[in-house]
Amino acid sequence: MASSLQGKSFVQNLPKIYGTYTGGFILFILLMAVLESNGVSAKTIGQFFLAFTILIYALIGWLSRTVQVDAYYVAGREVPTVFNGMATAADWMSGASFVAMAGGIYFGGYIYMAFLVGWTGGYVLVASLLAPYLRKFGCYTVPDFIGTRYGGSLVRFCAVLVLVLASFTYVTAQINATGTIASRFLGIPFEQGVWVGLISILLCSMLGGMRAVTWTQVAQYIVLIIAYLLPVFWISNKFGFGVFPHLQLGAEVSRIAEIEAEFGLVKNTAEQLKAAGVPGGLAYISTPHSAVPAGSAWKYISLAICMMVGTASLPHILMRYFTTPSVKSARKSVAWSLFFIFLLYSSAPMLATLSKISLIDPTLSTGIIGKSISDVQNIEWVKNWIAVKQAYIADFNNDGILQLNEWFMRGDVVVLATPEVAGLPYVISGLVAAGGMAAAMSTADGLILAIANALSHDLYYKIINPKADVRKRLITARVLLVVIGALGAFIASMRLTGILGAVAWAFDFAMSGLFFPLVLGVWWKRATREGAIAGILGGLFSGTAYLVYVAPAFMNNTPWLQIDHLRFGIIGASVSLILMVVVSLATKEPDAATQKMVDDCRVPAGKTIIAKA
Amino acid sequence: MSNKDAHWEKTKSHMIVTLAIWFFFSIVVFLFGESLNTSSFLGYPLAYYMTAQGSLLAFIILIFWMSGKQEDIDEEFGFGEREDD
Repeated sequence: MASSLQGKSFVQNLPKIYGTYTGGFILFILLMAVLESNGVSAKTIGQFFLAFTILIYALIGWLSRTVQVDAYYVAGREVPTVFNGMATAADWMSGASFVAMAGGIYFGGYIYMAFLVGWTGGYVLVASLLAPYLRKFGCYTVPDFIGTRYGGSLVRFCAVLVLVLASFTYVTAQINATGTIASRFLGIPFEQGVWVGLISILLCSMLGGMRAVTWTQVAQYIVLIIAYLLPVFWISNKFGFGVFPHLQLGAEVSRIAEIEAEFGLVKNTAEQLKAAGVPGGLAYISTPHSAVPAGSAWKYISLAICMMVGTASLPHILMRYFTTPSVKSARKSVAWSLFFIFLLYSSAPMLATLSKISLIDPTLSTGIIGKSISDVQNIEWVKNWIAVKQAYIADFNNDGILQLNEWFMRGDVVVLATPEVAGLPYVISGLVAAGGMAAAMSTADGLILAIANALSHDLYYKIINPKADVRKRLITARVLLVVIGALGAFIASMRLTGILGAVAWAFDFAMSGLFFPLVLGVWWKRATREGAIAGILGGLFSGTAYLVYVAPAFMNNTPWLQIDHLRFGIIGASVSLILMVVVSLATKEPDAATQKMVDDCRVPAGKTIIAKA
Repeated sequence: MSNKDAHWEKTKSHMIVTLAIWFFFSIVVFLFGESLNTSSFLGYPLAYYMTAQGSLLAFIILIFWMSGKQEDIDEEFGFGEREDD
């Protein structure tokens, strides 16, 4: 089973390989545009987009198959800085970032945009506190670091526990997203779509582990970024809002504020919504687009803190930096990751702005607010989205004119329907579907791999059966990959949570249990095994207990200091820090060998610590 | 103080400076969101601009600067990585 995607000549050829790939993908888009103008149906084009991209990923997955442990767990540690940045960006940007984020900004305004700062600012913590030191350590997984630094099976097991909990919360949302897209564009029921999504995900990762995931993630990043940016630039130019929207939408943002003042931001009561029969999950504009709500600073900052600290504790992100060739490239790679993430994140508020202005400005031809409801109901795209219960109209004041609070739609529609609303050709909608699929698949792959690797390496090999040979270890890893994926798909097919609630929880779980044990493991030599165990378990249990206490789905109590169920990590991480410091100081300081290990991981030069042992 | 300790002292203060800048762009700016929004940048209200783009850009520049400077510190103490490591 020799494989071609490795070694020096392959790495040197990467820019050429992915350059050709990008060119080929653009040609494919053009070909689809030609097919569309020749009368091929929208449905067929959507299917072509999904099938073509998934086949490419599967091909890369197959070419990257491997029987080596190093390649399977850390891609042979030969992923160049910039490419690792791209792979991390795809790993990072989930179905939620791609499909739900612009919609969240559209309806949630300024406070929601705390996610933008939270999901980028966390990388400063990754680069300065963790990535280079974990790379020097030479571990295969995040629990591998915890287990080696603190010593012992129990602490390793605790880290595995947090990893599984946080990643699994996250992965069901991703499989859910692949299922939604697959079912919409392939015309199959959601429950089947989930399994189609899962098979596509496993095709990428099963044979080649981290190496296969790395090279498919780079390919997926290219698809998703083209799919996100093209419509944003196209719409902005088509309506003359500006050649470069990021720098030129100031006038549109203030125009939106004017329209908000003109129509008024009215809050509908729950009784009104019920009486009018508005389907669940649809939202209407009741929050200002750019204004800062009075007294909202803590609400904003607490959310940003949770997302930042959570970012720095999520194992599927940290493990990407184990794959670089050196410590300094791990560090620089974080900067590149953030750059590639920025390309999409800075476009999300622009897309929200473009989408909103083209819908609510009565002076624009695409505007529907302030127009007669009977006219609006006859618009083709409005009909389509109302038919599938993704949009709704309720004339509360019976004046026959559509008001801001009378137009309802699902947040996801902002990304999925804006090209259609703005009158772009259908080929763009197909492209957006492929992009959403790429985003959800790449994140799901990273997460499933993180879980399966922790279970196969830390639980099976390090704790249960240390004598297992390479073949046995890799077979275990693959079996676990399939089992975890199937479990995730099964839970997703039951539709338990909305996409975003679950995603924010994963960050809170990770920060509650892992942040301080990881950071203090590098930065505080005095941190002991007992301290780490207390920190992990104490943080996890207190955070979870608080979540149960406040979450609307559970006990629904009034939060303390506005720390609601999206922010429970603040409680967990604080408890974790206090316990870890107190217990560490109360127990005997780590032995000389451990202290030497910490010293060594702080110095970039020389062999990795695990290789030496 | 040994070479290793001196290297770590310098690395630590570099980390603290980095995190201070991070703290400013992620937290301090948004403590004053309401008053910042009365001024504008590129035609956007300032706090809106910072959360949509400004702070994000600051983080990217910060990490590039931080890694460059950390590499210099590592070289200074002879801990830089060689190609054949």
